[in-house]
Amino acid sequence: MSLDPAYLTYPKRRLGYDHEIYPWSVIADRPPLRWPGDKGVAVWFCVSLEWFPLTPADVPFRAPGHMVTPYPDYRHYTAREYGTRVGFYRLLDAFANAGVTASIATNAAIAERYPDIIADIVAAGHEIIAHSTDMNGTIATGLPIEEERALIARSLDTIKRAAGKRPRGWLSIARSQSWNTPDLLKEAGVDYCCDWVNDELPYRFTNGLVNLPLNHELSDRQVITVQQQSADSYAQQLRDAFDWLAGEAGQDHARLLPIHLTPYISALPYRIDAIEALISDLAGRSEAFVAPGDAIVDAWGARR
Amino acid sequence: MVEAAPVADPALYDFQRYRDRPRIVWPAGKTVAVWVAPNLEYYEIDPPANPHRKSWTTPHPDAVGYSHRDHSNRVSHWRMAEAMSRNGFPGSVSLSVALCQHHPAVVEDGARRGWEFFSHGIYNTRYAYGMDEAQERAIIEDSIATVQAATGQRIRGWLAPALTHTPRTLDLIAEYGLDYTCDLYHDDQVGTVKVKSGQLASIPYSLEVNDHYGFFVYNMSPRDYADTLIRQFERLASEGARSGTVMCIPLHAYLIGQPHRIAAFERVLEHIAADGRAWIARAGEIVDAWRAQQPGDAA
Repeated sequence: MSLDPAYLTYPKRRLGYDHEIYPWSVIADRPPLRWPGDKGVAVWFCVSLEWFPLTPADVPFRAPGHMVTPYPDYRHYTAREYGTRVGFYRLLDAFANAGVTASIATNAAIAERYPDIIADIVAAGHEIIAHSTDMNGTIATGLPIEEERALIARSLDTIKRAAGKRPRGWLSIARSQSWNTPDLLKEAGVDYCCDWVNDELPYRFTNGLVNLPLNHELSDRQVITVQQQSADSYAQQLRDAFDWLAGEAGQDHARLLPIHLTPYISALPYRIDAIEALISDLAGRSEAFVAPGDAIVDAWGARR
Repeated sequence: MVEAAPVADPALYDFQRYRDRPRIVWPAGKTVAVWVAPNLEYYEIDPPANPHRKSWTTPHPDAVGYSHRDHSNRVSHWRMAEAMSRNGFPGSVSLSVALCQHHPAVVEDGARRGWEFFSHGIYNTRYAYGMDEAQERAIIEDSIATVQAATGQRIRGWLAPALTHTPRTLDLIAEYGLDYTCDLYHDDQVGTVKVKSGQLASIPYSLEVNDHYGFFVYNMSPRDYADTLIRQFERLASEGARSGTVMCIPLHAYLIGQPHRIAAFERVLEHIAADGRAWIARAGEIVDAWRAQQPGDAA
């Protein structure tokens, strides 16, 4: 018994990547870059605003945070709704108190079901990033291209109707893409996606789409829910990251600290204190350019 | 080819209890040999399937899985390497040798810092499971030739790609003149591996304090992981006064080189460097020092 001889052939063993999606670029080799106001660290708060149908579809896969128990799973459905009804407003207040504008990655279903919350987001000056249709709108290879194209269009169009403005950014559920996703996003007029986590600055795909890396390791879901660490530890890690990035940026370079928050995780009464203090603390740092994703992408595009 | 039947005990080494062992001494009276093992890896985005194991657990492309690892080769390798260099720690690299083709700048950076390279297979997405002898010889020969061409170094060690082995792996690498394996986790000291021909030592690789275990198996915070490494060091440095021990710190830049972790890790390196009991060395040097103390077995 042995493996197929093809298993020991390496047709894409070459300089660069084994794909054409984006070119290789080492952060240390890039030209000097500063954020507006001569700041070294862009701090990007990105909040996911999600509607989980009580009937999870497992095609192509079930979203993280989706229903757990047999139908009807009121426990998880309502716990996530708590995040949208109550927790999100704690975050809005925290941002307002700190003078921070953020990106809100929003399911189209939120815009359809709760137009008031969209109005509140827009009134507060936050950016809305398209975040699929609802939490059944997962993408992976195998999803027929027409279905994916329609899903992207429905998400963008629905948010535009509610918000009055077409989103420039896209976040896939669980950051999961198909081979078609970057081209479909470009075709739909999206400027940037947040799905690839391999950098600490924006960079451009081969097709012109920008990727704004939303580090999944620094999400509240990863640290608090998956790794089961405290909100205090989570906030500590973000401060440590900021301090390191500020030192690395120095006077000539720029870095990006993405902070991905989920209302039903971070905005619970016993956790929100740590998150509020974190937001205020980072907003007050002299090296921080606190901005939503579109402003970071624009500043990067103008200055690089 | 007829495969040998599975055996319950591979008889790779003699049992030797952790007391009354011959005394191992490290240079300058140090009690613990400390080596840092960065994994410089390449994971393919769409590798061919091995019938025994899937490369990615999600449908390809796994945007997060692939790009998370890619963070090493764009950003965090240099952050990790600088922290090591600042504190006087060379690397002994488990290398996906195809990285010499994909991202030669990463390999050159390690070579420039005086790091030692051993093989971690061609890609970390090509598994040895199911390989016949000719196929396994091919990846060993490829590894030797590729690293030689890229760095001028003759590899001495092996860490199986994604820790995938065949029953003949250890015999084959010894036959090709490699003299240490990082694949056996049965001891805190270097020991002899029984192979059909040649010489093979097992050097402790300390999988339990691998940053992957720390962050993704045990779900530690960065500061908890740093505390774990310091405790590991303190215990091994203390026990090493009896007979020299080995502490390995296996790393992945995409994990340890994240901005929320690197400062805590650098404090570990500062602690070990300042302690005075550590012989900070490359894997091959540790194997050489151990071998020189083996009766009738001097290389």
